[in-house]
Amino acid sequence: MDATLKPRDAREIEDAVRWAAAEEQPLEVIGQGSKRGLGRPVQAAHVLDLSGVNGIEAYEPAELVLTVKAGTPIAEIEQLVDENGQELSFEPMDYGPLQGNGAGKGTIGGVLAANLSGPRRLKAGAARDHILGMEAVSGRGEIFNSGGKVVKNVTGYDLPRALCGSYGTLAVAATVTLKVNPKPETSASFVLTGLQDETAVAALCKAMGSSAEVSGAAHLPAGVNGDKSQTVLRLEGFQTSVDYRFSTLQDLLREYGQPGRLDETLSRSQWQSIRDVMPFADTAAPVWRVSVAPTNGPKFVEMLREDLDVQAFYDWSGGLVWVLVEDGLVHETDIRQTLERAGGGHATLVRAGLSVRTDVAVFQPQSAPLANLSKRLKAQFDPSGILNPGRMVSGV
Amino acid sequence: MTAIAMPAPDEDVLSRRQDILKALKSIVPGEGVIHEEREMRAYETDALTAYRQLPLIVVLPETVEQVSKVLKYCYENNVKVVPRGAGTSLSGGALPLADGVLLSMMKFNQVLDIDFDNRAVVVQPGVTNLGITRAVEDEGFYYAPDPSSQIACSIGGNIAENSGGVHCLKYGLTTNNVLGLEMVLITGEVIRLGGKHLDSEGYDLLALMTGSEGLLGVVTEVTVRILQKPETARALLIGFPTSEDGGRCVAEIIAAGIIPGGMEMMDKPAIHAAEDFVNAGYPRDVEALLIVELDGPEKEVDFLIGRVEEIARANQASHVRISQTEEERMTFWAGRKAAFPAVGRISPDYLCMDGTIPRRELPKVLARMRELSEKHGLGVANVFHAGDGNLHPLILYDANKPGELDAAEAFGADILRLCVEVGGVLTGEHGVGIEKRDLMTDMFTEADLKQQQRVKCAFDEKQLLNPGKVFPVLHRCAELGKMHVHKGQLPFPDIPRF
Repeated sequence: MDATLKPRDAREIEDAVRWAAAEEQPLEVIGQGSKRGLGRPVQAAHVLDLSGVNGIEAYEPAELVLTVKAGTPIAEIEQLVDENGQELSFEPMDYGPLQGNGAGKGTIGGVLAANLSGPRRLKAGAARDHILGMEAVSGRGEIFNSGGKVVKNVTGYDLPRALCGSYGTLAVAATVTLKVNPKPETSASFVLTGLQDETAVAALCKAMGSSAEVSGAAHLPAGVNGDKSQTVLRLEGFQTSVDYRFSTLQDLLREYGQPGRLDETLSRSQWQSIRDVMPFADTAAPVWRVSVAPTNGPKFVEMLREDLDVQAFYDWSGGLVWVLVEDGLVHETDIRQTLERAGGGHATLVRAGLSVRTDVAVFQPQSAPLANLSKRLKAQFDPSGILNPGRMVSGV
Repeated sequence: MTAIAMPAPDEDVLSRRQDILKALKSIVPGEGVIHEEREMRAYETDALTAYRQLPLIVVLPETVEQVSKVLKYCYENNVKVVPRGAGTSLSGGALPLADGVLLSMMKFNQVLDIDFDNRAVVVQPGVTNLGITRAVEDEGFYYAPDPSSQIACSIGGNIAENSGGVHCLKYGLTTNNVLGLEMVLITGEVIRLGGKHLDSEGYDLLALMTGSEGLLGVVTEVTVRILQKPETARALLIGFPTSEDGGRCVAEIIAAGIIPGGMEMMDKPAIHAAEDFVNAGYPRDVEALLIVELDGPEKEVDFLIGRVEEIARANQASHVRISQTEEERMTFWAGRKAAFPAVGRISPDYLCMDGTIPRRELPKVLARMRELSEKHGLGVANVFHAGDGNLHPLILYDANKPGELDAAEAFGADILRLCVEVGGVLTGEHGVGIEKRDLMTDMFTEADLKQQQRVKCAFDEKQLLNPGKVFPVLHRCAELGKMHVHKGQLPFPDIPRF
């Protein structure tokens, strides 16, 4: 008997999870199902579909606080805050285009479950940095609240933040409270062309270490997006400030050449393309998302190229490397061993077929003490192992 | 003496003190183990000085291996451990236990790695908050979170408490500025989280550790993000005839898309105390005083100063001054920064509270606080991180007058309940510790608190790390782990299913 359970509120989520826990029936927890291509596939007879738990609960722009049901479409939230001159400053990326599902889908619950952030993560923090509170149902089938609905709070363990990036394996969110921020008046991009990877990342790091308040720092090597490489720095804020900081960067980065400037419209589409990994969207080859110390990014790619035919580009000042493997195989061992030699970090397989994601460790493997602690944490939230089993780690 | 009770000491552990002492001395040689009462006095309290307790033994390890061995020994022998940094907690987080080893991390005082290219600094946990900025300021960098105790407090303690400061509306709390940790579990296992890269996949244990008040693990290394100092900073000093006007001004500044580097408000008693103490030039005939600091590129700051001035004038500001020099900006801050000692001059003792409220509730909360002040017969002065709604009421009392500490604590508890009642929280940055422990049930249900305690069970099943803090009732992990199984039908059969 396979069922799709479609609760409408926290109480009904609680009923569903209680039943599943009592019957030891695993649940696949989804919003719109737009991120099924991320992480390991879940093998569960039943689906817990949260798309019916949606709607804006409270929004107070002057308090910088937004409370929404977890199944609310992210597009709806972004439109609402935009209409009020605000934004989610972690700039959640959209995996839809990369995974061939089309853009604009997904819910806020999904964004938080996968801790999805965009280029501005570097300056404004990740999705997890913007969560303030949560009402959720544990795998034990119990509603609990944690955090608060104000922007500054240290009362109790920070469970809402810790639940970000847990892919629905610990608890099912019903309602989340987020910090929102004013939307910048305008933006522009400072673009250098023709730089090699290592030089480009040095320029990005220099800019990030300046007082120019850069909110995006990416490098697209030649061939990824046109014949010439592009090194792009984003400036956002009041017009007068953006212009002033543009000239600050010009002075600071003089040795790297004369910059071009993308004004707001072009700048926006450029950063959306970087955010959503559009340069790799039209192919099907495996893609890795690699997080490293920024200066190690180019080193990692160079070492990788000794063994593999890859395309790569950099966000987060060099610290986020998107790697496409041309031969269509995932090369897990090569990727992770090279990463270790390049100074360490995290490599996540973000595009690959279902069977590959079942066999390969999609997320960076952990040391034994850390993996054991994570297992114990899972057991404390979900002792029967019914919430998205195997989504992150095989057998957990 | 005081209202907050700690768990009764374990007689068995007390009777084993000599064995424990001997074992610890074999792990940490020389002067790293302190057991004479006279020497242990230095550790009997933190910055919540109304509460004092001598620990069983004090240990000051110097290496991660020693920390690991001490914890493993305590784990195997069922001895409680209270971790301690600089001891500046305002909530009693580092208050010792009579039957517990006090683990001071202050010998871990080295800056290990400064990496300007990656804007990361790796330090040991006993390095002070300001020590990090000192290590990088020659290159124009700083570490953003700036709790008022920053000259003394340790970064390890900042992790434990998720410390804030006046700049956190714009730059975040500790949790938003930490990149990685090395920590030791009570079992002695060493775990590394994060590093110079961002957003490690896997459960976000960094988020759990930050603000865990020493209940989950002992931090032995910290990697933090550093930032380039803003090009410039200027401040406005704005006086209002009513707190409503001040509150509205704050809301409109934010609604205009401006996030100031700092935005502090003081009420009349705080203004007068500060002005009497440091002569900062604060107007005395106002009900609310606002300091708005704008930092960033010069052009932007000049532009925003004008915008904020317009907003202030539109909200009935009776006084507006704009800093023209760095010296003048510092003068604006001098009164605010001296507010605590200034209040200390007008009252023998004071309790510093720390609730957060939705900002729109400020006038109501101030009015109710005046009523409570009369009810408890004690004065109160308010300083307020206005941007993020974090209130610091200072309750004035005299510990030498019988009953006044109890009255002050009751007043404080009423204020925090009021914060929760209007939609806020018990603590914005000082932590729960013992101070607000028994109020946790005013903010959370039993189910909420039990799920939090289950997190503790994943890290510290025997509940040996800092017990008696944060949670009002200790449940055994076995009890917390029990499932109440409700066998039954597939739920809510009336809903659509596919």
